[in-house]
Amino acid sequence: MAAGTQDAALAPSFAERHAGTIRALRLYARTFARNGSAMLGLAIVLLFLTTAAIGPWIVPFPEDAAGAIHLDIKLQPPDAVHWFGTDEVGNDVFTRVVLGTRVTLQIACIVTGVAMLIGVPLGMIAGFVGGWVQEAIMRVTDVFLSVPGLVLAIAIVGALGPGIVNAMLALSLVWWPGYVRLVQAKTLALKNEIYVQAARSMGASSLRIVFVHILPNCTSPIMVKASMDMGMAILGAASLGFLGLGAQPPFPEWGAMISVARTYLPDWWWYSFFPGVAIAVTVLGFNLLGDGLRDILDPKHRE
Amino acid sequence: MLRFTLRRAVLMVFMLLGLLAITFTISHIAPADPAALAAGPDADRAMIERYRVEYGLDRPMYEQFAIYLQRLLTGNWGKSIHTTRQVWDDLVTYFPNTFELVMFSILIAVALGVPLGVVAAVYQNRPIDHTIRILTVSGVALPMFWLGLMAQLYFALHLGWFPLGGRIEMMTDPPQAITHLLLVDSLLRGQFSTFVEGLHHIVLPAVALCFPALASIIRVNRAEMLETLNQDYIVNARAHGLSTFRIVAVYALKNAMLPTMAMIGLRFGWMLGGTVLVETVFDWPGIGLYAVQAAISSDFEPIMGATIVLGFFFMMTNFVIDLIYGILDPRVREQV
Repeated sequence: MAAGTQDAALAPSFAERHAGTIRALRLYARTFARNGSAMLGLAIVLLFLTTAAIGPWIVPFPEDAAGAIHLDIKLQPPDAVHWFGTDEVGNDVFTRVVLGTRVTLQIACIVTGVAMLIGVPLGMIAGFVGGWVQEAIMRVTDVFLSVPGLVLAIAIVGALGPGIVNAMLALSLVWWPGYVRLVQAKTLALKNEIYVQAARSMGASSLRIVFVHILPNCTSPIMVKASMDMGMAILGAASLGFLGLGAQPPFPEWGAMISVARTYLPDWWWYSFFPGVAIAVTVLGFNLLGDGLRDILDPKHRE
Repeated sequence: MLRFTLRRAVLMVFMLLGLLAITFTISHIAPADPAALAAGPDADRAMIERYRVEYGLDRPMYEQFAIYLQRLLTGNWGKSIHTTRQVWDDLVTYFPNTFELVMFSILIAVALGVPLGVVAAVYQNRPIDHTIRILTVSGVALPMFWLGLMAQLYFALHLGWFPLGGRIEMMTDPPQAITHLLLVDSLLRGQFSTFVEGLHHIVLPAVALCFPALASIIRVNRAEMLETLNQDYIVNARAHGLSTFRIVAVYALKNAMLPTMAMIGLRFGWMLGGTVLVETVFDWPGIGLYAVQAAISSDFEPIMGATIVLGFFFMMTNFVIDLIYGILDPRVREQV
């Protein structure tokens, strides 16, 4: 009993064992908290995530998500009951904008996630293996980067047919090359670091080197890019929705809402105005957050 | 320089082949049978089979790709279902309008972006820098199509300063074609009222289109200017008593322009994607609107044609920017 207590007292506590990490995290938190725009971005993103999580339970008219029709209150201007007004079949625009957060979050996560799943391994293989493998992967990447992304996405949706699933697929297929470039460059640089050479000379397998030594050091630039890309993916999906190639009305997706709403301009302006504000604020949040993350994770950008 | 140019040109040919390989692949993974598509909606089985042999769709993939290239080179880009014309003719009709819009827009972005970036850097952390930052931060976040709609709502419908959309008024005759660019042609033919009308129509779409590129240009130019202004040779120039204007506008800006140029090349791709949105909002008779209308009705060949043309346009711009880069910076020339 007594011996056990003594052991516990001698063994370093959690705080002592991870002193270095904790110090680094504290520095990150302090740098981040001092950066006003980064905090604003974080606040917007948190608000967005919360809304996406609890949206269906807090909206005033949950039945307006799709299909409800109240023609007696169609196209009402914003007032105390319908904060953002109502649309052409009397659905509450506020309700539909709030419910749109969930769809938007889904699209952003899937597009960025799939792009990362394709791009990161390819970039790592290209950088690590080198030779003709690298040459082949990078040339294909170059070709994809040399076609305007949205145009290629439209071409893919055009071939597969309009719809939200096809739109997400198309966006993912044009998004991965950026990750290949990023990870390949980083892997090339890391491959010649002394600690990687040392691991190799001690007989570490290639897989171990990649997963233990290289991948963890690539995470911060990947995180920064992912945060920025969430915003860009939201814009891309909304653009496809607006063109009538993504989510189809009456699905509560912001771009698709605007594509219907634009036919009700200028008299019923609130119908297109508020979904657009929602897109702009959300994208702004992810961009500011990404900027802030880059400032703390990439010391070169610290001012 | 000649070797550098040739190398870039060869590289571009390979990139173009890559682009064509992508469009070829897309047309072959499409769920619909390409032969049935080519034969049209009301073709019977025998007709579809005839098309299959005629287009070589029963041959191996690499042979099909060769046939595909040959078809494109001879100007046979297929037929558009919704315009019932040859895709190539459609593209020739619509491309000049897109070219005009995008070029006008990039001109605005550079003409405003470079000076604003310089001003933000010179007055770092002063009120004017913060004001410009609001522009750069919001520029990338605002959805372009929504910005276009709001601009229409306010400047066209509310204030009535600009027309709602279109290239020119319905009743106006376009000038006889020389370059197929309306603004240039109307000037060459001396039709000044048409020129003013065309200019009047292009302003709103071009401004909506330039926003994201403008924001990026300001941002990069500001960052580069800040770095350049701290260099020893600038301090040296200051110590020699050169005027601030001369230091900033001549010595610093020249060096800050290189990364800015690279950014312009990069953002050009955004603009070509954005032009699809802006043309849809403003009813601009360009290649983007053409592609969207085709995509909605799954009209296949026009979409592929528009993709190839826009992709090629992007590659050409990057080629030109690479060359300018090579002229301005001898180091780039040698390292290839």
